[in-house]
Amino acid sequence: MDAIADFLATYSTTFAIVGINALLALSVWLTLYAGQLTLGNAAFMAIGAYTSALLGRHLGAPFPLALAAGAVAAAALAAPLGLTVFRLRGVYLAIPPKTELWHIYLSLAVVAYVLWRVQGSIAGRAWAAIREDEVAAASQGIAVRRYKLAAFVLGALLAAWAGGLSAHVTFSIDPNDFAFTKAVQILVFAVVGGIPNVLGPVLGATVFTALPELLRPFKDYRDIFQGAILLAVIIYLPRGIVTLAELRKTRRLAEIGAADVA
Amino acid sequence: MLLETRQLSRTFGGVHAVDRVDLAVAAGQAFGLIGPNGAGKTTLINLISGHLRADGGSVLLDGATVTRLAPHELTARGIARTFQGVRLFKGLTVFDNVLVGRHARLRSDVVRRLVPRRSRADPDRERAMGLLERVGLRRRAGALAGELAYGDQRRLEIARALASEPRVLILDEPAAGMNPSESGRLRELMRALVAEGITIVLIEHDVGLVMGTCERVAVLNFGRKIAEGSPAEVRASAAVREAYLGVEDVA
Repeated sequence: MDAIADFLATYSTTFAIVGINALLALSVWLTLYAGQLTLGNAAFMAIGAYTSALLGRHLGAPFPLALAAGAVAAAALAAPLGLTVFRLRGVYLAIPPKTELWHIYLSLAVVAYVLWRVQGSIAGRAWAAIREDEVAAASQGIAVRRYKLAAFVLGALLAAWAGGLSAHVTFSIDPNDFAFTKAVQILVFAVVGGIPNVLGPVLGATVFTALPELLRPFKDYRDIFQGAILLAVIIYLPRGIVTLAELRKTRRLAEIGAADVA
Repeated sequence: MLLETRQLSRTFGGVHAVDRVDLAVAAGQAFGLIGPNGAGKTTLINLISGHLRADGGSVLLDGATVTRLAPHELTARGIARTFQGVRLFKGLTVFDNVLVGRHARLRSDVVRRLVPRRSRADPDRERAMGLLERVGLRRRAGALAGELAYGDQRRLEIARALASEPRVLILDEPAAGMNPSESGRLRELMRALVAEGITIVLIEHDVGLVMGTCERVAVLNFGRKIAEGSPAEVRASAAVREAYLGVEDVA
């Protein structure tokens, strides 16, 4: 048991980051599922991080309330957001760490569950239809613009929640934490993990966050390994790691088909 | 009149694609729209279904002006359509395509779905299956729409349009790419739908199909309506012969 406790203590930051990255990846899942590309979620994450941190620091707001306020603020601002991040430049904040691991993983479980249920709902089908063909979707009675906006705002809300949690994992936040690289990173988690279902982004975030840690012994070659994995996924699993099982099934079917012909 | 257009017009860069067109489609009618390529038939349909904005004139549904409504609002009011080039949700299953077609008649189930419970009979799913049965695609329900043969895709698009329980069903060249036996079955399906009280507007290149199915036919040429009447009247019209029918053998 001690070994497990030690392990958790040693890697608790890694676990926290894996969980937060999984949440962030899920925050872009809905928009990607609806066929849209968002690079704004790092900004929403920043809004969540700063709003919750400032509310906690200056007004002594309880942690859950501060998180929720950050999420609502991001959702309300989910429009011209590149500018906000730009304004935040040079605002370094010292914050007392409040986030515990269970906060992150409870959030992740709830978000993943809700999104999973949403995927199979009428709204989920509508988002899929919009991704496939917007004109035809409108013809089926789907209010395309409203649905796209809803996906965007929900994503902002989730990203801000994750941002608030992440701000309180470490002792400080810095605008550079939410720069363009972060936006791209979130997209990579989601897309490489796979959009067909909600496990994809979680898987992608886990693999690409834990990988650098696992590859620590081969530090000098870490980027090469990561790049190779990224390339392999893009080439062999264009719909994401989560479709690995599907691929094997297709292979088997292909073999059966070949046997039939022979 | 269930569906009317009054002086409906649309220009593209000075070209009158649809030029002051008056149409009046009675409830329960099968109404044919024919004309040579580029006559403005599809533009006219896009104006009616809200996919294009009119420059002038109006569209009326059951006496109410619906000219400025968006496509999804028109679907909710009872106008459904298919597309000339077939616009299915190719990455979704055949069954899901029909379910999406029912969107306008469904209420959000997100909150309900958050609480897991045993599944019970769902009338919407049964209805979707019934529509697939009707167009002969029940056995392909689980296939991806993009995997279907072209004729099947056209029939799926009709099933999807019917899922919204339309009052007016607009079919844009539904027989294109169908073989004679398929278009024969399509003709039967259209007759059955009219018998059930659905009003059909049929745009078709296959003049024989239009003349054999529709009680009333309008002819467009260069964006203008040049004739309207029963199939026999239209066939007899000198203007039509000159513009269009003379080119093809309609007898």
